[in-house]
Amino acid sequence: MGIFNFANPFVLANRGVMGMNQRNFSYISRYNKRELYPNVDDKLKTKHLAIGNGIAVPELIGVVRFQHDVKKVFDLLKRHQGFCIKPAKGSGGKGILVILSTDEKGYKKASGDYVSKDEIIRHISNILAGLFSLGGASDVAVIEALIEFDPIFDGLSHEGVPDIRMIVFQGYPMMAMLRLATHASDGKANLHQGAVGVGINIATGKAKHAVQFDKPIKFHPDTEQPLDQVQITNWESLLRLSASCYEMSGLGYLGVDIVLDKTLGPLVLELNARPGLAIQIANGMGMLPRLKAIEALAKARGFKARPDVKQRVDYAKSQFND
Amino acid sequence: MMSRAPFFFLVIVLVFLGSISTYFRHVEIGIPIIPGKQIETWQVEAKIEFIGTSAPINAKLTLPKDVNFELVDEFTASPAYGVSVIRNENQAEVNWNKRAVQGRQILYYQGTYKKVSNVETAPDYNTLPVADILEEPYESAANAFFQTAYAKSGNEESLITEILNRLDTKDQEITLLKSQFGKTELFVHFMHKARIPAKLVKGLVLEDGRRNQQLVPLVKVFINEKWHTINVESHVVGEVEQVLIWQQDSPALLDLEGGRQSRVSFSIAHSMKEALQDSVDSSNKDDILGFSMYQLPIEEQNVFKGILLLPIGALVVVFLRVLVGLKCSGTFMPILIATSFTQTNLLNGLMGFLLIVSLGLMIRSYLSRLNLLLVSRISAVVMVVIAIILISTVLAFRLGITDALTIAFFPMVIMAWTIERMSILWEEEGGSEVLIQGGGSLIVAIIAYLMMDNMLIRHWAFNFLGVHLIILAAILMMGQYTGYRLLELYRFRPMARKH
Repeated sequence: MGIFNFANPFVLANRGVMGMNQRNFSYISRYNKRELYPNVDDKLKTKHLAIGNGIAVPELIGVVRFQHDVKKVFDLLKRHQGFCIKPAKGSGGKGILVILSTDEKGYKKASGDYVSKDEIIRHISNILAGLFSLGGASDVAVIEALIEFDPIFDGLSHEGVPDIRMIVFQGYPMMAMLRLATHASDGKANLHQGAVGVGINIATGKAKHAVQFDKPIKFHPDTEQPLDQVQITNWESLLRLSASCYEMSGLGYLGVDIVLDKTLGPLVLELNARPGLAIQIANGMGMLPRLKAIEALAKARGFKARPDVKQRVDYAKSQFND
Repeated sequence: MMSRAPFFFLVIVLVFLGSISTYFRHVEIGIPIIPGKQIETWQVEAKIEFIGTSAPINAKLTLPKDVNFELVDEFTASPAYGVSVIRNENQAEVNWNKRAVQGRQILYYQGTYKKVSNVETAPDYNTLPVADILEEPYESAANAFFQTAYAKSGNEESLITEILNRLDTKDQEITLLKSQFGKTELFVHFMHKARIPAKLVKGLVLEDGRRNQQLVPLVKVFINEKWHTINVESHVVGEVEQVLIWQQDSPALLDLEGGRQSRVSFSIAHSMKEALQDSVDSSNKDDILGFSMYQLPIEEQNVFKGILLLPIGALVVVFLRVLVGLKCSGTFMPILIATSFTQTNLLNGLMGFLLIVSLGLMIRSYLSRLNLLLVSRISAVVMVVIAIILISTVLAFRLGITDALTIAFFPMVIMAWTIERMSILWEEEGGSEVLIQGGGSLIVAIIAYLMMDNMLIRHWAFNFLGVHLIILAAILMMGQYTGYRLLELYRFRPMARKH
């Protein structure tokens, strides 16, 4: 079909691929109450909620709320080699500054470049002025401790943060992918920028399919590591962690971003009320059949006894094994 | 989930109301579907001349009552006269009054008429005309003439033709009759003899640029269920000539008291008028709508002409985002850019936009090194944009490129914000993302502009407000579309290929 090479919509529908309009109309607007959005759109709020609910998150170093406090940030940072500065109301990973280590040359980023104190001050000022927040509302800068990545991902992620994106529907972990930064993605974990997406089997935590730029691949493009060998450790606790984010946030259709810390295990990095659809491409399958199965389950149950986290995880493991 | 029935009901109601209002405005008020449709109008000026005799003047000019013409506009010109126009079912006349007038006077009445196709009411069959009995020897001559013509004809039409032809011959009877009566007068007489409804009227032959015209005597004859106008002098039957019937059933064209040597003459001018303007004029007069945008001052109307294009832009944006899936930065930025394009026209606007944004991005990259706070940086960018616009306008003017002067129509703050967002996008995601999002916004803006610039769409958006209800219904419907976006079919193509 020439350069455009469009997919047949009926084939897509047959495979249960969900489109953006359907996501917005049938899932997000139906299952995510507007008043609950601040729980996830404000990362500071998410953090406090998570701590209150006993959900593991990266350590909070401090918060900068006012412009005149910006310089005090360096007192907070003294005790920490690596840290991460992010806007509380940022979206799509915008405005996140990750510093791996501090030495006499300055603050070292994941890419190996150094940033100066002035640049850190400017970055925080931008955050406070609302440059990264939706609609330009004024914001606060959240500083958290850097995660020590679990060595299982060594050689898998290039210059960046590997994380696990889990879609949790009605509290059921439903589809997962591992996002690996590449040279092409410039250390970022966004699939449209060239990060590798690895679909993960919900039942086992094992990789099953991988894509970069929507094309299936077998090896990491930078490190040449085989991608089909990936087995995520602590999978069961990761499933429970993401499932329990349902109670914490109240959102029926939820994206949970999780990182694996060497000592602390899985930590919830952030929640997303509008998770993207690329996870379907990474898994090589549409998510509609699973969404419909869970909807049917809730209907059959008649909204009476709410299953707890363990029941939901068990159901997901038994049903979504492929 | 909320029931969808009320929603679809709402959509149907909106479409229904929109269509009804559109239909009403087209059919009842006569606003044309296609803009720029021209209609013919005739401007007729009656000039009344007389000499005042130091007595109070009362001049009555009978005005046309022709079912085939509709008055569009009229005015009178007369030095210090009291003027009143009386128009009711029986009469239409203009009265001039003035006390003690001396010397030569000239009064003017000007009316603009447009042709309409009305059906004249049929005559009353119970009172078919009866010919008057003429004096002898004329009665005998007329009878002889009529008998001959009648014998030589088969029906009403051929009788009329026969009479018209024989009126021009040098027969004895006709010569005798013509010595006493006018041709037109005789023709009416013979029509009445044949019991055909006929009346003598006086009309003005409409021909562009004619001056000093007089009313022409004409005969209206009812045959074959229709009134026909016949010019007996020139033998023209039917509507061959454009004639405005000025006088019928009324005795005098001009009724003048207090003056002498009166004379009425006519000048005629033909002109074309926008059908739209015409229907607007007549709807204003009748005030059918009660509330009408056309009654606003022209300047406010023009503001609304712009504002009412925004829904068109919104429709385009919704369509391209929901059905096609184009990415653009911000929902309404493309509409605002498209709106400025309508002021600048596309090529100038596009070049101006690219000039401002690219120069702005360069200067912005310098500003980013100054470590400014966001608010002051945006403000600085606004000023830079103003400077770019000012300098390029002055430069263009000096170079004689007057087209580029329209660059000043760009909304400053929007441009500044665009530059800021693009600059951040550049730093964070690279130049390619700037091209994707900026290009997407421009594509949406260009398509929106092409729609908003379309003559037909502009015409509809302003003159048929019902269209906006239909657009609203379409936007609501698209808000319910849960199918794939066009670009998703491209994005998800690996999913369709597998197993």
